[in-house]
Amino acid sequence: MSVIYVLLTISISVAVVFFMAFIRSVRAGQYDDAYTPSVRMLFEDELVPPGKENTKVKTEGENQNKDTNQ
Amino acid sequence: MEIEQFRYDNKIVQKFLYATMLWGVVGMLVGLLLAFMFLFPNITDGISWLSFGRLRPLHTNAVIFAFVGNAIFAGVYYSLQRLLKTRMFSDALSSINFWGWQLIIVAAALTLPLGYTTSKEYAELEWPIDLAIAVVWVVFGWNMIGTILKRRQRHLYVAVWFYLATFVTVAVLHIFNSLELPVGALKSYSVYAGVQDALVQWWYGHNAVAFFLTTPFLGLMYYFVPKAANRPVYSYRLSIVHFWSLIFIYIWAGPHHLLYSALPDWAQNLGVVFSVMLIAPSWGGMINGLLTLRGVWDKVRSDATLKFMVVAITGYGMATFEGPMLSLKNVHAIAHFSDWIIAHEHVGALARNGFLTFGMIYLLVPKMFKTTLYSKGLANFHFWIGTLGIVLYALPMYVAGFTQALMWKEFNPDGSLVYGNFLETVSQIIPMYWMRAIGGSLYILGMLIMVYNVVVTIRKGSSVEDELAEAAPHTRVTKRRLDGENFHNW
Repeated sequence: MSVIYVLLTISISVAVVFFMAFIRSVRAGQYDDAYTPSVRMLFEDELVPPGKENTKVKTEGENQNKDTNQ
Repeated sequence: MEIEQFRYDNKIVQKFLYATMLWGVVGMLVGLLLAFMFLFPNITDGISWLSFGRLRPLHTNAVIFAFVGNAIFAGVYYSLQRLLKTRMFSDALSSINFWGWQLIIVAAALTLPLGYTTSKEYAELEWPIDLAIAVVWVVFGWNMIGTILKRRQRHLYVAVWFYLATFVTVAVLHIFNSLELPVGALKSYSVYAGVQDALVQWWYGHNAVAFFLTTPFLGLMYYFVPKAANRPVYSYRLSIVHFWSLIFIYIWAGPHHLLYSALPDWAQNLGVVFSVMLIAPSWGGMINGLLTLRGVWDKVRSDATLKFMVVAITGYGMATFEGPMLSLKNVHAIAHFSDWIIAHEHVGALARNGFLTFGMIYLLVPKMFKTTLYSKGLANFHFWIGTLGIVLYALPMYVAGFTQALMWKEFNPDGSLVYGNFLETVSQIIPMYWMRAIGGSLYILGMLIMVYNVVVTIRKGSSVEDELAEAAPHTRVTKRRLDGENFHNW
C-alpha cells in the first residue's frame, strides 16, 4: 500500500497550505468582524445607465412594497 | 478617498449560463435514454456507440463537468466580480476558460461514445483531454487569483474561500489521479495498479464530489441565497467555521467507496471515521442556509428562485446525512452495488446541484437582461414538476435498493441462494425502473420549460454586457492604524 504515502503527502501538503492561509487571514484581521460582511454583500453597486431609470425604479419600488408588508 | 468606476463583465456569465442550459438538457437526455434502456434493453441494439457502457460515462461526465461545471463558472464569474468589486482579472483568460471548457466537453462527447476511455469513474477521458482539462482549470484559477489580488474589497467573503478551495483541490486531485503513461494518441495506462489504483481513484472520485459538486455550490449558496432572500446569512461566523472545518475533513473520506474491498481494514475504517465526522460541518452549513430564510418564508411562497433554493439546501442536508450513514459498514452491506447508491447520488445531483442552478438562473437572467421573468407561473410549474420528478426518481430507487439487498442475501436452508439467477431481482424491480424513468422525464420537462421561459425573457430584455459599477479602491490598513485597537466583545 505504498500509494498511501503518496496520498498522505499530497493531502497533508494541501491541508498545510490551507492552514497557513487560515493563520494568515486571521492575523490579517479577515475574521475580526464576523457580521458586517454578510450585510455588505447584499448591497448592489451597479450604476443605472441614463435612460434606464424607469425600469430600475419600478423594480426597486416593488421590493420596497414587499419589505413594508413584512 | 476617490470612488472608482469600472465595468463588470456580464457577457462571460451569460455565455456560461447558455452553456449550462444546453449541456444540462443534453446530459439529462442521455440519462433519460439510459433509464429507458433498463426497460427496453434492446432499444439501441446494433449501434455500438449508443450502448449502455459507453453512454453511462457520457451521462455522468455531461451532467457533472458540463452542466454543473458551466453553472459553477457562471456563478463564480458573476459573484466573484461583485464580491471583490472589480472586473475579472483578464477577459482573455475568461474567454480561454469558456471556449476551452466547451471544447473539452465536445471532445468528451465524441470520444466516450467511440469507446475511448481510461475506465476510471468520473475520470474516463483519455490523456490528451486530461491535459486540456488541467490547462483550462489552471487558467480559471489564474483568472480567479488575479481577480482576488486586484480587488477593491478588503474582506474575502466566505464564498470566495469556497471557490479557492474548489480550484486548488480539484487541480491537485485531477493531476494526481490522471497520472498515466500514454501508449497511443488516445490510449494510456494508469501509473498505479490494482488496489493502489482503486485507492487513488476513490480519493479522487470522492473528492470530485466534495470539491466539484459541493464546495463551489456552497459558495454559490452563501452568495445567492442571501441575495435572493435579501437577508444576510443566518450566521456569518458559522459559515466561516463551516468552510474551514469542511475542507480539512472532506479530503480523508474517500476510502468509504472501497468498503469490503481489498483495501486494508484500517484504511477503510479511517475513511468511515472521517465520513461520520463530516456530518457536523455539512449540517452546520445546511442549517445556516435554511435559517437565512427566517423572517422571509412568506417570500418563499411566491418566489420560484427561493423555492428552488430551499429544496436545494434540503437536498444537501439529506444527501449529507445519508452519506455518513452509507459509509457505516453495516449500512453499507445493504447498499453496496444496489440502486440505493443511485438514489443517494441523484438526490444530491437533482436537488442540490440542479435546483440551486435553476434558482440561480431564474435570479440572474432577469437581473442581467434588465427585465422581469417572462412567466412566474411557468417557473413555479417548473419547480413543482421538478420536485415531483425528484421524488418519483429517488423513492422507487430506495425501494429497488432494499429489494435487491434483501433478495441477494436470501438463503435456502442448505446455504444456496434463493434467487440464484440475477435476472430474478432485475425483473422484480422493473416497476421501480418505470417510475424512475417517469420521474426523470418530469425533471427534464421542467428543465425544457425553464429554457423556454429564459429564452422569452432574454428576448424581451436588453443585455448589458459590461455593467457599470463604482466602489472605493482597496487601501492597506497599516500596523500603526491598528495600534491600541482591541477585539469587539460580542
